[in-house]
Amino acid sequence: MSTLLDVGTLHYLVLSALLFLIGTIGIVVRRNMITVLMSIELVLNSVNINLIAFSFSHGDLTGQIFAIFTIAVAAGEAAVGLGILIALFRLRQTTELDQARELSG
Amino acid sequence: MDFLVAHGSSILFFLFALAAVIGALGVVTLRNPMFGAVSLLVTFLCVAVLFLLRHAEFVAIVQIFVYGGGIMVLFLFVIMLVDQHQLMESDKYGGHWWLAVLAALLLAAVFITAFLPVSFADPPVAPPAFSNVEGVARGNSEAIAWSLYRQYLLPFEIVSVFLLVAMIGAVVLGRKQ
Amino acid sequence: MRWLWLIPVLPFLGAFLNGVVLRDRLGKKGVWMVACGSVLAALLVSVLAISGYLGSEQYSAHEPFEQSVYEWIPAGSMGLDDGSFADVSVEMGFLLDPLSCVMLFVVTFVGFWIHWFSVGYMDHEPGFQRYFTYLNLFMGMMLMLVLGNNYLVTFVGWEGVGLCSYLLIGFYFDEEFPPYAGRKAFIVNRVGDLAFLAGMFALVAHFGTLNYEKLFGTIEAEPALVQGDYVLGMTLATFVTLALFIGATGKSAQIPLHVWLPDAMAGPTPVSALIHAATMVTAGVYIVVRSNVLYQLAHGTSELVAIIGALTAIFAATIGLAQTDIKKVLAYSTVSQLGYMFLACGVGAYTAAIFHLMTHAFFKGLMFLGSGSVIHAMSGEQDMRKMGGLKEHLPWTYRTFVAGTLAIAGAPLLAGFFSKDQILAATWADHKLLWVVGLVTAGLTACYMFRLLFMTFHGPFRGSEEQHHHLHESPPSMTIPLIVLAVGAVFSGYVGIPKLGSIDINVFDHFVGQVVAHVGHGEHHASLGIELFLMALSVVVAFAGWWLARKYYGGDRGLAEGERWAAKFPTVHRWLFNKYYVDEAYDATAVRGTWACARGLFRFDSKFIDGVLVNGSRHLTVGISLLSGFFDKYFVDGLVNLVGVVSQSGSRFFRRLQTGLVSQYALVLLIGMAMLVWFYVVVGLRR
Repeated sequence: MSTLLDVGTLHYLVLSALLFLIGTIGIVVRRNMITVLMSIELVLNSVNINLIAFSFSHGDLTGQIFAIFTIAVAAGEAAVGLGILIALFRLRQTTELDQARELSG
Repeated sequence: MDFLVAHGSSILFFLFALAAVIGALGVVTLRNPMFGAVSLLVTFLCVAVLFLLRHAEFVAIVQIFVYGGGIMVLFLFVIMLVDQHQLMESDKYGGHWWLAVLAALLLAAVFITAFLPVSFADPPVAPPAFSNVEGVARGNSEAIAWSLYRQYLLPFEIVSVFLLVAMIGAVVLGRKQ
Repeated sequence: MRWLWLIPVLPFLGAFLNGVVLRDRLGKKGVWMVACGSVLAALLVSVLAISGYLGSEQYSAHEPFEQSVYEWIPAGSMGLDDGSFADVSVEMGFLLDPLSCVMLFVVTFVGFWIHWFSVGYMDHEPGFQRYFTYLNLFMGMMLMLVLGNNYLVTFVGWEGVGLCSYLLIGFYFDEEFPPYAGRKAFIVNRVGDLAFLAGMFALVAHFGTLNYEKLFGTIEAEPALVQGDYVLGMTLATFVTLALFIGATGKSAQIPLHVWLPDAMAGPTPVSALIHAATMVTAGVYIVVRSNVLYQLAHGTSELVAIIGALTAIFAATIGLAQTDIKKVLAYSTVSQLGYMFLACGVGAYTAAIFHLMTHAFFKGLMFLGSGSVIHAMSGEQDMRKMGGLKEHLPWTYRTFVAGTLAIAGAPLLAGFFSKDQILAATWADHKLLWVVGLVTAGLTACYMFRLLFMTFHGPFRGSEEQHHHLHESPPSMTIPLIVLAVGAVFSGYVGIPKLGSIDINVFDHFVGQVVAHVGHGEHHASLGIELFLMALSVVVAFAGWWLARKYYGGDRGLAEGERWAAKFPTVHRWLFNKYYVDEAYDATAVRGTWACARGLFRFDSKFIDGVLVNGSRHLTVGISLLSGFFDKYFVDGLVNLVGVVSQSGSRFFRRLQTGLVSQYALVLLIGMAMLVWFYVVVGLRR
């Protein structure tokens, strides 16, 4: 019990894994593109948690620096993703991913 | 009370971790994207607190500013831009949600098998590298600034170019034809 | 002298300009200006080169001037007959020595005037530009022949002039006979060229070089080198000289390869003058004189050369007596005179041969051009029986023709007198029987030449009224060359006045004599008394010839006397008129034989090769292809279809995966990622 309560890197990893799995399930199962994008943000956040946890574990600042880069990339990704969403909405009057099936063989 | 003092940070961790997971589940399950966005905001803020617990003060603040401020506002704007009514009408899930859950469980199993045998070193206090600049204690922000503008100057500049490209891309995509 | 290489290049340039670059673009005037200009330039450069050479130190030291333009065939190391190895290399090089000086001057000088004559003669002919292109090409090749400093360069010119000869004999290719005559000349020459090549091979295999100076220097220093037993019981000298002489009989129309030259008269008359009288046909004499070192060391061949030469001389002269075509008479006269030259070579009088070559070039060129002028005036008529009395209508042609006739007949103090006399004198000293033959030939020469003169220019006109109406003297462009060459025919003999006792003013003999080596078999000299006696005798014989011709054809006698005389000896006349049936004999043997051989081969082809091999292989092929057709249809096509079916059904399956649903793609991505992480983490950690 004491090991369970004694929060360490493992706890953060488990939390990160949980958020990651929830995010991936969101990405795969949801049909609304806005929600899919938000799920992607969740996945990226889980990665950040990992980075911070290992940074602390190793006593190295690099993990934090990397987290900042990830956040920057996530911001860019959100901007472009939402831009695509707007373009799709203009084209189809919907944000449902199933409606965009141009790649169907 | 002693328990609280001894395990204060642990209690905080469990508290905010739970909140973060609940927020994440809300994002995935809630039908209304507006609610989903608010739920996501909860997760972001909780994660920021967890960053603080790991002595990443600067990253926590950036998390709140960028995620909680910038990205969240972006999402809310877009949700308001598109037709709410239409969004509500559609089915929430695609046809293969059980398959996805199965794959996620598979992945979880992989994670568990990966994590369990490993023992991670856990320093009890904040590492000195987090706040020291050239041996002098200055604070986390200055430490990150030193590292970012010296050691990681080139990646930093590349990221700035990347953001510029993303901005232009977003503008082009969002423009009316 | 530095510009020696330019001499052959100039006519080549003219041929290139006329034949390739300009074509007819500048009109007739442009064509002949280019053609004559290039030859005139070659003549001027030649004169400069010769005078430069005569004034140089090399000439004073009796050395030739050699100019190597570039290394033509660097053959590398080659094993020689004696087992040693030598670096064999053939250069494109030119040689100027007294012999090539004479040849160079004769070729360019006579060549230029014949070019000039051609301008007038060919004026109304089609193919004006083609004619001058060939003629320039010929000049270039001929100059290469006489200037080459080794056998191979000479051989290139040798073949080149043969080609031009073929092209120009067949100039009127739309008629039936000229192309045939051209082919005949070409094929007969090939026989000789084969031997020439064999001689060259023997030389290069033995000495590792074809360069005249090196070759002859080596042999002259050590004659034993070429006198060992070589092949078929012959010495190397005999073999090589024999081979070269067979080549020479082809080029210079000696028995038995003389048959092409009379037929070669099918070409335009100036061509006959240039190629088949003055220059190309003398190439054989040139090559024999050039190789005189070898000939002096090969007594057998020399004797053969003398016999063949004497035989050809009298043989052709007798035929000339009975011919009626003006050009045929001249052609046989040429063959006969070439026989004289070879006779001279055979008895060792090499300078006399070259001397006769030069004077002959003048007077025979002149007479051919004169006959051209006559034919021109007669609107293409060549039969002397239809001529007569032309001297009033063609005064300048007549005068120059008389000069030429006198020269060739050996009238005293004209060119032919000196040159022929030298040959006869040398023959007298060497071989009495051949001398008799030569002397008789001299008489015959005078006879048939005056017969020609009388039949053509004297007596009544026997042509049609229309021809009579058209008779006209040729324009100055044609008469000027006649006059120039007539001057040459009269005076060119004075460079070689024979040595009489102590009075030795024979410039030519001393000049050309430098290239004659003195090993073994040399020239014999008759004493002064005999020399004078021989001179007198040949004059008498020439006079007898003239008298005979005059008796039967002179004055106003026309043809009657001659025909009556011919009827008296019908067999003799028939044999002479039909040229001893040599053509017929060749036709019956060589030509028919070749045809029969060809027919046999054709039958072999059609029966065995076509029948058994080709058709057999056809059946075989059909059978095999039927088999392979089945194989293709059922096995190969089956494989191909299998591939098609597999990929079609495969794609029918796989296209269902391509739903276009991003979610499904993400799912697949997720599964793949799970597997990858599992692989890296679990398998990686276990290791």
